[in-house]
Amino acid sequence: MTVRTAELLMAIMMGVFSIYLMVKSAELPIGWIEEEGPGGGTWPFWLSAIMLASCVGILFNWVRKKGPIATSTKTYIESHVLGDVAAVAAALIVTVALFSVIGIYGALPLFLIFYIRFLGKHSWALTATLTVAIPVLIFYFFEITLKIILPKGITEPLFLPLYKIFL
Amino acid sequence: MLEILGLLAQGFVIVFEPQNLLLIIAGCALGLFIGAMPGLGSVNGVAILLPLTFLVPPTGAIIFLAAIYYGAMYGGAISSIMLGIPGASTAVATTFDGRPLAKQGLADKALIGAAVASFVGGSISVVLFTFFAPPLAHVALVFGAPEEFALMMLAFATFVGLGGDDIFKTLFSICIGLVLSAVGFDIISGEPRLVLWDITGFLHGVNFLVLAIGIYGIGEMLWTVEEHALGGGKSMLSEATVSVKRTVSALRELVVTWKSTVMGSFLGYFVGILPAAGATPGSLMAYGIAKQISKEPEKFGEGAIEGVCAPEAANNAASTGSMLPMLTLGIPGSPTTAILLGGMVIWGLEPGPRLFVDHSEFVWGLIASLYAANLFTLLINIAFIPVFIKVLKTPFTILAPIIFTLCLIGGYAPTQDMHDVWLMIVFGIVGYLMRKLDYPLAPAVLAIVLGPLAEPALRQSLIISEGSFMIFFERVYAGPIMVVALILLFLPLFKKAYVRIRKPRAAAE
Repeated sequence: MTVRTAELLMAIMMGVFSIYLMVKSAELPIGWIEEEGPGGGTWPFWLSAIMLASCVGILFNWVRKKGPIATSTKTYIESHVLGDVAAVAAALIVTVALFSVIGIYGALPLFLIFYIRFLGKHSWALTATLTVAIPVLIFYFFEITLKIILPKGITEPLFLPLYKIFL
Repeated sequence: MLEILGLLAQGFVIVFEPQNLLLIIAGCALGLFIGAMPGLGSVNGVAILLPLTFLVPPTGAIIFLAAIYYGAMYGGAISSIMLGIPGASTAVATTFDGRPLAKQGLADKALIGAAVASFVGGSISVVLFTFFAPPLAHVALVFGAPEEFALMMLAFATFVGLGGDDIFKTLFSICIGLVLSAVGFDIISGEPRLVLWDITGFLHGVNFLVLAIGIYGIGEMLWTVEEHALGGGKSMLSEATVSVKRTVSALRELVVTWKSTVMGSFLGYFVGILPAAGATPGSLMAYGIAKQISKEPEKFGEGAIEGVCAPEAANNAASTGSMLPMLTLGIPGSPTTAILLGGMVIWGLEPGPRLFVDHSEFVWGLIASLYAANLFTLLINIAFIPVFIKVLKTPFTILAPIIFTLCLIGGYAPTQDMHDVWLMIVFGIVGYLMRKLDYPLAPAVLAIVLGPLAEPALRQSLIISEGSFMIFFERVYAGPIMVVALILLFLPLFKKAYVRIRKPRAAAE
């Protein structure tokens, strides 16, 4: 996909999203209410309208072939780069999905092993050290010091003794 | 005058509390580290580390974050000089002469020049700040809703008029930030509003940190992953020989740079005040002017030390400058200060001129901490130059997962809702894809912070005027501000029209 095509798709997508936002804003009154001033939907409604107008403007420039992006025939994301970026993005999504299932202390080590060992190709010794050290530091800092309880999923019962000691 | 010095002294008392002093030193060191990492700058550091500051009181938190801001401005020069890759966009101009100097084996001279210039820039700007801020805040005390709204219009208009990005994309970015900030509840009627796809997670609104960490954490890292893959993951690190003797002689040679350093400091400070301008254009402009006022302009680009000092002085001065409107008017002067402003709201402070009256210890603690941070950063920087050079050797594949981890937890911590973590990932990926198409994203972050302040200001103004927009033009302060905002907003159109009129004439001649 070229940058030019990506520009078109993005503008259309954002235009559609703007229309959705306008419709959603209009669930609240968008006109003037006596004694109250502008209705609750007015502000987001008109802002979304400007968003839509901007998208139309971007499309207009696209049709006229104006500007470096609208005329670029370069590949949007190079194929040899796409693999790396997609792998990282997918790893993040899987990790967040796993947060609610096996908890942050189950998902995070998996993410770290994947990134450090398989993407970074570092030694197992280094991978193991960081995989243990980072979650321990996170637990110490966030849960003990800041008292922010991070999601544990099914691993919750394992932490009960730790809560008793620290919280 | 005496009153200001008295308040400043009080600020220093706060700064010298052991905990705050420790926070400054930690912030400076962390900032230097973050700034030195290619691709990461002050805004990324502040966005990712803000959730960590819930631990300390607001004054400590802002002191810590401001120290990171400061340190990162210094640190950016390190990778500009050693790798030839700007450590942050604010250090782009530093590569022009810093890199050639490093290639000639004079990396230490460039690094020391950058550090000293940063210190001078920081010092001059913080003194300017100390004496400008209180009177400005005093004027702003009489501001009502129409003035507040006019100021915000001005902030957004600078992005359109001076930002230099595609106008439609800039407008889009501003508006999407404002709309996202309107999600949740309507502040006046109390009705749920914009609950997107009826997902209940949107009922508590879109936290600005979720957008900021999404864009400046996840999105920025994806961008760096790509750059890394494109560059084959290898960059050339210059050699630097550091010794006390060489340091002393390098310091002596800096005398010639005083003119460009001082010029850069003043320029950076005033450019930094403008929301759309800030440190990056400030440092580029300083570089250009330093070249013009130099006796040997032909040396620029080949390793002129003034070419390192001027932009470095400017970007540090700009970071202080951008705090001026943040503290006095409640309008951030840069994306980083936008995040600081959002932080203030989380800490329960109301940004704006009342801060000087109601939370004087917070304001003066921050101002005094800038003096201290400036000094500490210089000392840490010069003492640990070899360490920071080693930092550049840390493989990206080790830093990246650590930063991603901090992002994920930072997105969860403020609201403790998984919905926000998902939203942050979406913002990160979409933000990355948009950035590849040259959508400016800083306006969106500024807008999501200002949105909750702009909407009530507009609605209150319209209630006062019974629906007439003339209220923004009839008032003593609001009128001129609004007019300037409108001029800036239409500046790109004027420029286009001007070029069109000029072209046929030029052709005819």
